[in-house]
Formats: sequence, structure tokens, C-alpha cells
Amino acid sequence: MGNFEVLVEVQLRPGISDPQGATIERALPALGFAGITEIRAGKAFRLHVDAPDEGEARRVVNELCARLLANPVIEDATVSILR
Amino acid sequence: MAPRVGVVVFPGTNCEHDVVEAVEGLGGEAELVWHAATSLGSLDAVVLPGGFAHGDYLRPGAIARFSPVMGAVNEFAEGGGPVVGICNGFQVLTEAHLLPGALQKNKGLTFLCQMTEIEVVSDRSALTAGVEMGRRLRVPINHFEGNYTASAETLRALEDEGRVVLRYVGNPNGSAHDIAAVCNEGGNVVGLMPHPERATSELLGSSDGLVLLGALLATAGSSSLVAPCASSPA
Repeated sequence: MGNFEVLVEVQLRPGISDPQGATIERALPALGFAGITEIRAGKAFRLHVDAPDEGEARRVVNELCARLLANPVIEDATVSILR
Repeated sequence: MAPRVGVVVFPGTNCEHDVVEAVEGLGGEAELVWHAATSLGSLDAVVLPGGFAHGDYLRPGAIARFSPVMGAVNEFAEGGGPVVGICNGFQVLTEAHLLPGALQKNKGLTFLCQMTEIEVVSDRSALTAGVEMGRRLRVPINHFEGNYTASAETLRALEDEGRVVLRYVGNPNGSAHDIAAVCNEGGNVVGLMPHPERATSELLGSSDGLVLLGALLATAGSSSLVAPCASSPA
């Protein structure tokens, strides 16, 4: 049995308006940042999973994303195994 | 007999007593149902009131959906029983997949606490049965995540099937199609962002909420929308 550190990033799906990202983007010129566009705000979760192998760890976290961490109506989740 | 309305209380719910008072003022009976309950007993309607269920952690309604009571609410809804989610309750119903779509942060990223005008655009829901189409009501909103969002396909289906129940007159939060309330295919599950229980007396600025809650009690008291099931009269 291994222990895998996993990063889950949850983002609003393409086409879903992101008022938070848009507001951050609008603030940038006033702070002197130029050339930064298409900001999308999201959430990140770091977690540890006990699983026999990486494939099983990924499967469990994918299910966790589908049932809880992301709302599939408006959000997509990306799962990365860190180590 | 007076219709019995169950008012579900999650940790963090804060509008339950307003709903109880409104229901009793209209001649109904109301009882609080703690979220850990696994059955609803004999009820004619269920209301999921507003507040911050489970602290709104992760997303509003995301954790509440896993509360034990939601299994019983699901069953009640499947049996055709009227279920109304107000504000946070609407968010819980979308997370529980009892209603389509999702409630996003308001356009403009501000918490909105204000009177709104809404128009009744469907009378095929438990909350608007018998209410004149096109009737305009003044009912307050009080939310940060009330911006109704759904896929183009879902929005088309809602419009085609008369499942958009209420629309804002002057969209306060960016909701798609000015949507303030939607219902499921059966019309028995309804979610709305405005708070009808806070518009029950002219002293509160409006008594128009009684139109909606009155319609709910009338629906609950009859069996017009309720599919035959053991706990309801034929």
C-alpha cells in the first residue's frame, strides 16, 4: 500500500462566466501589470491517499471530484499525482 | 385538515423560524426537521429554508447534500411531494441534483440584500399553481451566490417545458434568462432565490410572499401535483 500526495485543481468550465477572475483582471492595469489576460479563478486541494498503486489513487480522487470537490454543472477538476 | 409542512434545519440554516411563522400565519402546521433525521414522517410539503448550511463550505449546498435527511427528501420528491428550496435551500436542491443548473457568485461580486420585483412566468409549479401568470410580486433577496447558471441545452429545456417559474424584473445578480426560480419536470420541486417568508406583512415592506406560500399550502393540501403514494390521500 502506497501513500500518494495529490493536487486537485477545480476551475470554472470554459464558457462559464467568472466574475472573480474578471474583477482581478480589471484591477491589474492599476497595479502596473500589463499583458496579463484570461485570468480564471479556481480552487486547489492538496490531499494524501492510501492506495495500492497510482492508478487506484487517481480513480478514488476522480470519484471524489465527481461527487464532491467539483460541481460538474459549472466546474472541471484536474487531478495531478505529485508523489 | 391543515397541511403539514416540514422545515429542514441544517447546521447553519437561519431562516427556519420565519418559514414556520409564515406557514402558521397562513393556517398551515409547521414542524422543524433536523438534518440528521432519516425519515420525514407524515408531511404534505417540505421547505428547505435559507441560511448557510454546513457553513457553505466548499460550495453552498455541497455538504448539505450529504446530510442524512436528504435521502428522505429525495424519496418524498420522487413520490411527487412538494419540495421548495428558498435561497440556500435552492442551492442545496441543485447540488442534490433535484433541480438542474447551479447558483454562481453574483455578477459584480457583491452580496445583495434588497427588495426585488419578480414575475410569475409559470403556473405549473407547486409554488405558483393557481397564481395568475404575469403577476408581479415584490419579494426580497439576500444572497451572494444567486446567479443562476445552466448549459444552453438545459436553459432551452426549462423554457420549452415551462419550468422557469419566476423571473426578475431588472436582473440583480446576472442570472441566465433573468431566472429567479425553476422547477423539476413534475413541478413539485421548486427552487427560488427570493425569500417569500420575509414578505409576509406590509410592515416588512411587502406581503407578496404570501401569494407564493399560500399557493404552496394549497398544493400541499390538495393532491393535484402529488402522485399517488402511501402517505397522501387519493
